[in-house]
Amino acid sequence: MTDRAAAATVVRPVTDAWPRRTRLVEHSILPGLGLSLGVTLVYLGVIVIIPLTMLALRPWELGLDGVVRTLTSPRVAAALRVSFGVSLAAALTNAPLGLLIAWTLTRYDFPGRRLMDAFVDLPFALPTAVAGIALTTIYAPAGPLGALAAKIGLKTAYSPLGIFIALTFIGLPFVVRSIQPVLQDLDRDVEEAAQTLGANDLQRIALVVIPALAPALLSGVSLAFARAVGEYGSVIFIAGNMPLKTEIAPLLIVIKLEQYDYAGAAAIGLAMLAISFGALAGMNAVQIFLARRGRA
Amino acid sequence: MSQLALPPAASTATPAVAARPIARIRLPGIAPLMLLASAAVMMGLIGLPLVVVFQEALAKGLPPFLAALKEPDAIAAVKLTLLVAAIAVPLNAVFGVSAAWAISKFEFRGKSVLLTLIDLPFSISPVVSGLVWVLLFGAQGLFGTFLVDHDIKIVFAVPGLVLATILVTFPFVARELIPLMQAQGADEEAAALTLGAGGFTTFRRVTLPNIQWALLYGVLLCNARAMGEFGAVSVVSGHIRGLTNTLPLHVEVLYNDYDSVGAFAAASLLAGLGIITLVLKTVLEWRHAGELALGHRS
Amino acid sequence: MTESPILDRRRLLAASGAGLAAAALPAAPLAQALKPATLLNVSYDPTRELYKEINAAYIDYWKGKTGQVLTINQSHGGSGAQSRAVIDGLQADVVTLALAADIDEIANRAKLLPANWQSRLPNNSTPYTSTIVFLVRKGNPWKIRDWGDLIKPGVGVITPNPKTSGGARWAYLAAYAYGLKSGGGDAGAQAYMTKLYKNVPVLDTGARGATTTFAQRKIGDVLLSWENEAYLTIDEFGPNFEIVYPSQSILAEPPVALVDKNVDRHKTRVQAEGYLNFLYSPRAQEIVAKHHFRPRNPEIAAKYAVAFKQLPLVTIDQAFGGWKKAQATHFADGGVFDRIYKP
Repeated sequence: MTDRAAAATVVRPVTDAWPRRTRLVEHSILPGLGLSLGVTLVYLGVIVIIPLTMLALRPWELGLDGVVRTLTSPRVAAALRVSFGVSLAAALTNAPLGLLIAWTLTRYDFPGRRLMDAFVDLPFALPTAVAGIALTTIYAPAGPLGALAAKIGLKTAYSPLGIFIALTFIGLPFVVRSIQPVLQDLDRDVEEAAQTLGANDLQRIALVVIPALAPALLSGVSLAFARAVGEYGSVIFIAGNMPLKTEIAPLLIVIKLEQYDYAGAAAIGLAMLAISFGALAGMNAVQIFLARRGRA
Repeated sequence: MSQLALPPAASTATPAVAARPIARIRLPGIAPLMLLASAAVMMGLIGLPLVVVFQEALAKGLPPFLAALKEPDAIAAVKLTLLVAAIAVPLNAVFGVSAAWAISKFEFRGKSVLLTLIDLPFSISPVVSGLVWVLLFGAQGLFGTFLVDHDIKIVFAVPGLVLATILVTFPFVARELIPLMQAQGADEEAAALTLGAGGFTTFRRVTLPNIQWALLYGVLLCNARAMGEFGAVSVVSGHIRGLTNTLPLHVEVLYNDYDSVGAFAAASLLAGLGIITLVLKTVLEWRHAGELALGHRS
Repeated sequence: MTESPILDRRRLLAASGAGLAAAALPAAPLAQALKPATLLNVSYDPTRELYKEINAAYIDYWKGKTGQVLTINQSHGGSGAQSRAVIDGLQADVVTLALAADIDEIANRAKLLPANWQSRLPNNSTPYTSTIVFLVRKGNPWKIRDWGDLIKPGVGVITPNPKTSGGARWAYLAAYAYGLKSGGGDAGAQAYMTKLYKNVPVLDTGARGATTTFAQRKIGDVLLSWENEAYLTIDEFGPNFEIVYPSQSILAEPPVALVDKNVDRHKTRVQAEGYLNFLYSPRAQEIVAKHHFRPRNPEIAAKYAVAFKQLPLVTIDQAFGGWKKAQATHFADGGVFDRIYKP
């Protein structure tokens, strides 16, 4: 992804990977270019390029009209809205949560800090189906937190809120891990200067820390968002899967497949990929803007 | 760059830096509040699901838990999961090393396109990663007729599970190695070659020791994801009990059979795998922080 | 078919006693018959427990009869989804699905078996029948007694998606038949169906998912359920539920079929045919009845008569002119279901 690669250069402006020369291959005394590049390209072709080409070609057997009709049908449109809308909400919620945890991990020393640090990655290490059934057990109407929420009239599992919880769970490590190194390196001089000028903790966070963190935070949020949009395993157990309400786009792909609608399934898959790209590119543009302003 | 691709990798950098004295916030009210809030989020959002897995698995005591793990279908699922990971992970590791070698040691046109394509699988929904193989190799797919005529089974069999898993975990090792090897440059290899060492000797004696921990780190993450993958394999599995159900799919089957203890017992194996991964990862980060960090922050 | 579908135990004993495989499998050489073989039965959701027991019985029977050791693998899911998987290449030797239309799809789209598959076995290739009943919560708080009660405002009706679930298609047609009977012809029936599906809060892909939604997730007030699945739910979850038999329902005929191209490729035709015939045997029919499916064998049916409430059952042929027509009219894209389902 170019946008992601570009995002990286914002955080870490090293562009050694980008050749500026016009020759096809720069001479090197090291051997193995042919072998390594050959293996890389063949593998990439077989595993990624050919299958994705198939995904890009298959929908068009419906014709442009058919693809548009599929994607704008109420059920598909609703599923895309649910997937992208709830993912965005979860990713945005991860921003303050991730900031809180990253801040605590980098700024305070307390017993169990390393344990907490290690466990931030649990949502990544825990298989999604396991997370799915565990979260469903917790938030089902009969589960410990689900019953609590039900008392105040909140429906958690089998509602969009359930999807939101699962996607927040999945996305948290992306935000924490994106901002943690930046927070670690954040110039203390700037902060201390702010402090001597009489700013209190909250003002320092608002005026100094947040602007410096913004690009990394945004990149973490985009990653959490991208991951959430495609997420399947942890969501299908907790969502209730009601068409037009809590049916996510990846599930609708599976359902289309079950109805022999291969082209329709591929059309949704392609649309998701395209929207994800667009969203990430948009966030990236903002990020580049923020970084430029930060440097200026 | 890999901190953008994989969240966990970024934490590599933290322990090294954490050794520095930590600035303390002066206002006394805020710190405990922040700590409490963080602890609440961590326990409520992340800790609780883990506790629930083990609690539900042992809800009826140890014997039913052990019995669920001794079920032939459960054992078959464990074996299949190990088999799929044992094929997918080494292939992705070999690819990762090749790609990193080509990208870090040579200059050629189209490198940024190559990097983009390597990252691509991260933005694909797992379900789509399964779907593409059905479109290609399903009986109604592009090569369907050919495969049926020659009695070659890909989807609904082990090859399909492997392909789906490979696609989902494709970038893990490569994204771990590329930034590290770019940061290390080619000077050491060039020196070895000048001294008369052969290509493979140079790779084995010079490059490999330099990247071994990062490679292990990438393999670890790749393996965790490979063994736990659900969406992609669910599309290509065919759900034949004892034959094409991997452990995560076995969890789903038992869950849908109202066998809560069985489902959570199988889930606890996967959760255990997740915890082991976290422990190994943390150990690697402590022991080899410098080298791993080089790749992440260069 | 190599043998009569209804086998009685004496003949079976005589056959196995007389000379093992030679008697039963005149065409297959002994050595080949004795090599272990594997069958894959691709089935729908509510038969998980049934086939677990039938498989064990058949393995035992087949070993006694031929000496050959069989392994029988099972795959379960929504009937439509399972049919799609077989079309996509899942190597089923036999399919035992929820309704004929799903096996027709396999015959039409993948040509794995002949179009006349349903006439190859007795009773329309359905070794057992079932019907659709209501499962309500204890005490029946909404006083749901018949189909008419399902469209009361506020009643939550749980039924899976008819496009993917066989049970849901039977339930849909049972409801539609009630709508037709209540007068107003198709327009009246469709008005009834529209109201009914307005009351459906969750549309799972399979019967098992719908049962989980209703029983475990405690969503909805009534589950339109396979009769056997309703009993199973009561077995699993105890006395939290009650079964309600409506004034009429539908005769659900879940058919079974040999997947010719697959068995020929696997060289498992005799074993697979034996398996399907075994389903009609008294031994299997007993297991069928035990799992709350309605047996075809008259003697077994009489023996278990008290377990199955008699109620007027419309058949798909009478009320809808057969599966092909019903499928095209109601469940194809743009069909009646697509028009009435507006959540």
